[in-house]
Amino acid sequence: MTGAPTVSDTPWLDQDGQKPLVQIKGVTKKYGDVTAVDNVDLDIYQGELFCLLGGSGCGKSTLLRMLAGFESLNGGSITIDGMDMADVPAYERPTNMMFQSYALFPHMSVEKNIAFGLQQDRVPKNDIVDRVHDILTLVELQDFKKRKPQQLSGGQRQRVALARALVKQPKLLLLDEPLAALDKKLRKQTQFELANIQEKVGVTFIVVTHDQEEAMTLSSRMAVMDAGRFQQIGTPTEIYEFPDSRFVADFIGSANFFEGRVTEDSSDHVRVQTDVAEVYIDHGQSVLVGSKIWVALRPEKIQIVKTDEPVSGPNTVNGVVDDIGYLGETSIYKVALPNGQIVDVTAPNQSRPTSETQRITWEDKVAISWEPSSVMLLNS
Amino acid sequence: MYGKRSRFLTIMLTLGLAFFYIPMILLIIYSFNYSKIVPVWGGWSLRWYEVLFQSEEVWSAVSLSLQIAFINATFATILGALAGLAMVRFGRFRGRTLFGGMLVAPLVMPEVITGLSLLVFFISLNELVGWPAERGFTTITIAHITFSMAFVAVTIQARLTGMGEDLEEAAADLGAKPFKVLTAITLPRLTPALISGWLLAFTLSLDDLVIASFVTGPGANTLPILIFSRIRLGLRPDINALATIIILVISICVLIAAILMFRQQRADLRDQQMAAGENS
Repeated sequence: MTGAPTVSDTPWLDQDGQKPLVQIKGVTKKYGDVTAVDNVDLDIYQGELFCLLGGSGCGKSTLLRMLAGFESLNGGSITIDGMDMADVPAYERPTNMMFQSYALFPHMSVEKNIAFGLQQDRVPKNDIVDRVHDILTLVELQDFKKRKPQQLSGGQRQRVALARALVKQPKLLLLDEPLAALDKKLRKQTQFELANIQEKVGVTFIVVTHDQEEAMTLSSRMAVMDAGRFQQIGTPTEIYEFPDSRFVADFIGSANFFEGRVTEDSSDHVRVQTDVAEVYIDHGQSVLVGSKIWVALRPEKIQIVKTDEPVSGPNTVNGVVDDIGYLGETSIYKVALPNGQIVDVTAPNQSRPTSETQRITWEDKVAISWEPSSVMLLNS
Repeated sequence: MYGKRSRFLTIMLTLGLAFFYIPMILLIIYSFNYSKIVPVWGGWSLRWYEVLFQSEEVWSAVSLSLQIAFINATFATILGALAGLAMVRFGRFRGRTLFGGMLVAPLVMPEVITGLSLLVFFISLNELVGWPAERGFTTITIAHITFSMAFVAVTIQARLTGMGEDLEEAAADLGAKPFKVLTAITLPRLTPALISGWLLAFTLSLDDLVIASFVTGPGANTLPILIFSRIRLGLRPDINALATIIILVISICVLIAAILMFRQQRADLRDQQMAAGENS
């Protein structure tokens, strides 16, 4: 196995360091009149675990299939490790793919499935045996090598598919919804396993997923895709805490939106007047005074307290609890504001409620507030 | 609805099965009839089986039919499989729709038309290039291949469509060149469809009377042609004996197929239990 990269943990920030492993430039794919992938650019670096996240039909799988060589390009270019892939057929590319359906060969045993790729490269027989053994140990399936795929559980099949794709030590591993076929509990466990394996083997992963939690857990960086374009590219934290657009803020996690007008813009703070409250942001952001703007707030970044007193001042507003969703570890409060808008607030249930008076319940008068640093300003 | 069985349905089912099977049972019973006149019962006897086994003519017809059916099935399977692959796996090529239509046309073409046109073709070919000099084994085989190929192509096409392309893409992704993908993945996966296509082509050829009658020549009698020509001279008990043997052979084949299918189901069930038993 190749060693883990030693250059930088954040090569995408390092302007004149590493060259990107994968360069996608102006790539476009059309099916008749429908543009599945629309002129996208992306650099991916050695050792990254990059997630393409988006709803169905957003073009993420098409992009992955173009990288694998199953789809031709209508425009642009894909370069892997400095080599233009335009005329390279799928069977000669330095990539391997893990299919959503796993695509295990049903007429071959686990062992033969994994050895298949090595045989195509005419690897000597003894080496094949060793490498198959090593990779089976890595995915903990040594005892199942003689089985046929249909004699394995879903989780085991998933690991065989991963082993088969990894055993050729590709420069780039493409994973199409690798965990979608597993049940929820197994999926969570496998997310960490997958990230661990990636770290161990040091192969660059590109993962396509529609599950934002999966993308956030797995990825070093991710791209949010919609309608064939990247809406935002960044680390999970950047995308969650600093979304570029209303679409991204809404797609990743949930957010409450208020429309407002910028009243003050200075280098260290911004003020926005919305029809529910004045919003004060304690950091500068390039906005135009007087322009219309969206203010977004994550439900978990809003505090809620039970109070009859009217509150005033920025970043706080009165409301009435309209509905409560009890999820165990947290509760979601739907708070009706004076203008009729409903705001979602989540609060952790850190202690068991001891008395009825303490607990926030339906029709309670409350005040909600938020930190000046938690506000997200969105132009679009 | 399920509790009380409707009398109407029971009667209809009984009648339907009776119409289907009573003639065959009668045929089998009369094959053991001593009497020379078919509908007159003359007591049990194996006499007509003896007559049958001594008849040169019958056995040469059986042999001719089997040979034609075998060669036809083999060639039709190869050509049909190639046509099916072209239709499903070659993407959109020029003339694909036309090709697809021409491929299935023999399925809906009346046999008389197919037979007649092939006859005209063979005659004019003979005048042009001097081949085929006489009609018989070769011409029947060619005629059978042309129409049974269509049935095989449809079978293969359906199977290929159902299989999806994932496995072939996975093989290509792992470095297998197109020919290797075909031999290592596509063909093994197609085996059941190839076998059923082969059997279908075999049966179609064995069964065909109309087309064979058109393109056959003197002396080349397939089994259906022989049976039909004898029936025209009146019902004959040795033909009953022959039909009984055919029914027996087919029943054994169906039984074997049923046992194989049953075993496969049990193996699938075992696999499922194995997979469920060791969830990890």
